[in-house]
Amino acid sequence: MNALRRNVLKGATGAGAVAVAVAAGLITPARVLAAAPRAAFDTKGMPDTLKALGISSPADSKDITIKAPDIAENGAVVPVEVTSSIAGTSAITILAEKNNTPLVAGFDFKGGAQGFISTRIKMANTSLVRAVVTAGGKTYTAAKEVKVTIGGCGG
Amino acid sequence: MAEPMKIRATMQGDVADVKVLMNHPMETGLRKDAKTGQLVPAHHINTVTAKVNGNVVLEGSMGGGVSKNPFLGFKVKGAKSGDTVEVSWEDNKGDKRTDTAKIA
Repeated sequence: MNALRRNVLKGATGAGAVAVAVAAGLITPARVLAAAPRAAFDTKGMPDTLKALGISSPADSKDITIKAPDIAENGAVVPVEVTSSIAGTSAITILAEKNNTPLVAGFDFKGGAQGFISTRIKMANTSLVRAVVTAGGKTYTAAKEVKVTIGGCGG
Repeated sequence: MAEPMKIRATMQGDVADVKVLMNHPMETGLRKDAKTGQLVPAHHINTVTAKVNGNVVLEGSMGGGVSKNPFLGFKVKGAKSGDTVEVSWEDNKGDKRTDTAKIA
């Protein structure tokens, strides 16, 4: 399996190896993720982005914890940690409301993965960081304000 | 060829705590080059997949809103010390990278 992976990485053997790799489950074919369809990454403004994500009116939930700094000195690197204690959490989507394109990232959990994600995001302005959690076909949300002194988008 | 990722996985009770540091510029496509004034073309990771012992546990999609050299932390229940964690990403230019680590 290791040798196969090397082949794929080098791209030496072309399409044949890729097909084998896909069959072997080494490469995940592009697919629509529940947490964040590709097109939603290009939408501007929160209403359109939520529409592209197919989220209509998520319920506010106290079971979602967003850990992020109150004041981020550098908007290019804002650590964000989202924990969902809602049973059956299957996806977490992270949005920065006032970014040019608010959708930052979406994650689908499978197998034994817990409703937890930690990452670092860029923020253009002081705004709410919103997490949308999908659990059992329903969506829940929570938000936390992060003040940004130097924006991390464009420049 | 993309730089290797750093993956650290440790057991915290019965939950594996996995931390991944990817090497990637994560250009949004909106930033201007300071010298030329031209827009720097978008170059960011589109998808991230994590597996434990070959089973997919996390599928993520990212945009340019994720910081340069993305950090990703997640937790997997039911994993054991010695299990293999495999993380792969693919960016919008078709470049990919896969790295593995053992859970300590």
